[in-house]
Amino acid sequence: MYSEKLLEHFKNPRNVGVIEDADGVGEAGNPKCGDMMTVYIKVKDDVIEDIKFQTFGCAAAIATSSMMTELAKGKKVEDALKISKKDIADALDGLPPIKMHCSLLAEDALKKAIEDYLNKKKNK
Amino acid sequence: MRKVYLDNNATTPIHPEVRETIMEFLNEKFGNPSSIHWAGREAKKALEDARERVAELINADPSEIVFTGSGTEANNMAIKGIAFQNLEKKGHIITSSVEHPSVLNTCKYLEKKGFEVTYLPVDSYGMIDPEDLKKSIKKNTILVSIMMANNEIGNIYPVEELASIAKENNIPFHCDAVQALGKIEVDVKKLGVDLLSISAHKIYAPKGVGALYIRKGLKIEPLITGGHQEKNRRAGTENMIGIVGFGKACEIAKRDLNEVAERVRRLRDKLEKGIMEKIPDVKLNGHPEKRVPTTLNVSFLYVEGESILLNLDMEGIAASSGSACTSGTLDPSHVLTAMGIPHEVAHGSVRFSLGRDTTEEDIDYVLEVLPPIIEKLRSYSPLYRKAKGGK
Repeated sequence: MYSEKLLEHFKNPRNVGVIEDADGVGEAGNPKCGDMMTVYIKVKDDVIEDIKFQTFGCAAAIATSSMMTELAKGKKVEDALKISKKDIADALDGLPPIKMHCSLLAEDALKKAIEDYLNKKKNK
Repeated sequence: MRKVYLDNNATTPIHPEVRETIMEFLNEKFGNPSSIHWAGREAKKALEDARERVAELINADPSEIVFTGSGTEANNMAIKGIAFQNLEKKGHIITSSVEHPSVLNTCKYLEKKGFEVTYLPVDSYGMIDPEDLKKSIKKNTILVSIMMANNEIGNIYPVEELASIAKENNIPFHCDAVQALGKIEVDVKKLGVDLLSISAHKIYAPKGVGALYIRKGLKIEPLITGGHQEKNRRAGTENMIGIVGFGKACEIAKRDLNEVAERVRRLRDKLEKGIMEKIPDVKLNGHPEKRVPTTLNVSFLYVEGESILLNLDMEGIAASSGSACTSGTLDPSHVLTAMGIPHEVAHGSVRFSLGRDTTEEDIDYVLEVLPPIIEKLRSYSPLYRKAKGGK
């Protein structure tokens, strides 16, 4: 059902945790639906220097979160905004069809974290 | 890697004595039990021997046992068999909200065909109140169908009392006893039921065979029409391998029932106690006492069931979950939802179902492996952080 790569990310998720003084925080999903994700980013010169996540959810939710942080880390925020659910799924060698919403969740959470950063920057 | 199988409510391994009986049959007999010649007679004898064993286990007469292709087919046959007698004037069926999908979806199908269905509610322990059945009976009620033991949480329902209410109102009572057979006593006479479904592969026999008990004198429409097998009640050449195995498994179940139940209950209680002691924020799903001895269903708060199952699987432990992620839908278990358990808690449910082969070492191993898994998944969980006062 799951690819080897997805299972590997599920077993050893990258960038799990919390950034206390994050520049942007994004949250997506709903525990009622079985998955919820929080993403923290630290930005310097418009580049995502550090990124961490916490996820409540199935193996696909945890693995897509992990892969999303790998794809976003080191990217300029404008480029990170372009990361799509398909990019995340492809990077994991695909997702079962009923789990595609998990990669959307990861895309959403990242976008919200970046938007939060951009809003804060604008209001400074 | 060590392998621990704690999903015996899903299916059970074939008992060695059952395997032996099947192999003997395969080596010696091949006939069609409907044939008149020696080969047919040999098969017919094996078929009727098996029927006797099945009947003995549930205290029925062999003529009251009809072999089917599964427990699901037995449930379909019972419910549609009564409903199809009332195709013209339709009627009202009472069942519960925690039945197996083979009962629930059959009732939903009949609703689409013009029948009316009442789904009895359950309390927070997943129990059914017989008063609710009394209140739901109507003049046009044609059937009551309530399970004996719940597959997800293991609850045992008061079938004797429920069936007597139906009887007072002259309504046939069907009971899905698939999850009760071999775990607790199932006696159709004591229970006072008219129809009762059972399945072979839940009691250490092969998949692909079940049976429906039909009380003598009760007429139901056949689901499968064709030849005159099973006294015109279920057409199709009999699944002899499955039936022969089922017969042997029933004999073993009758012989070992008390010994196995006692041993498994002690292990189940040890697992339950161990989990509660070693892991904080765990909730028991189901009734604390009125449960079959094999089943433990618990929710680990702040984590999701499929993640737990996959981690357990990586350690060689097989269990199951009522999480939506394991069912292919977005909604968690209908049983846990009917009990009023919040979705996020239902998503974190895990069912451990023990069997006659479960050992003390199996339980010790689970109790060693499980706490770090839950701890790890909670360290990933934003819900856990929020619950513990994090921002």
